Amino acid sequence: MPMSAGEIEQMIRSALPDADVRIEDLRGDGDHYAAYIVSDAFKGKSRVAQHQLVYAALQGRMGTELHALSLQTKAPDRA
Amino acid sequence: MDTSILTRIQSDVQNNKVMLYMKGTPVFPQCGFSAAVVAVLNNLGVDYHSENVLEDPGIRQGIKEYANWPTIPQLYVKGEFVGGCDIVREMYETGELAQVLTDAGIEVRSAA
Repeated sequence: MPMSAGEIEQMIRSALPDADVRIEDLRGDGDHYAAYIVSDAFKGKSRVAQHQLVYAALQGRMGTELHALSLQTKAPDRA
Repeated sequence: MDTSILTRIQSDVQNNKVMLYMKGTPVFPQCGFSAAVVAVLNNLGVDYHSENVLEDPGIRQGIKEYANWPTIPQLYVKGEFVGGCDIVREMYETGELAQVLTDAGIEVRSAA
């Protein structure tokens, strides 16, 4: 069963409460999204580690119910 | 994960400087994300070995466990997991990928 943008956002937020999350539905089929996430949790982490945090937040749905989630993650850039 | 699968993955990523696990083959990619990584590697003129995970469900599942990464494609350089489509594309656009490859002593024929 495909996921809704709201579900994805909610799962990411519950794992990364401080996160600034923006989800874009790329095709309207509930299966192809892009997510832009800014969170302190990414600070000092490699891109791979940052994305793994997001995949963990999705509790196994990435690659199963959710076929395509293009990720762009970064820590907040504080001056 | 079955030990024979693990052994095969370990040997493939160690014995191939650049190793790509993908859906389909470089000539006939069967997924847009896999095709995107193939395009990046071809643009950089890098020699690489690829494995079509669609032909081997054991590898298809095993590689996800091996890298703790839920999707395919997966790119490895000198045994190290570099990323999937998003990360490879991002690194390519920033020039980081060409740098990682050059630092690893891998010939990049057309640096992007």
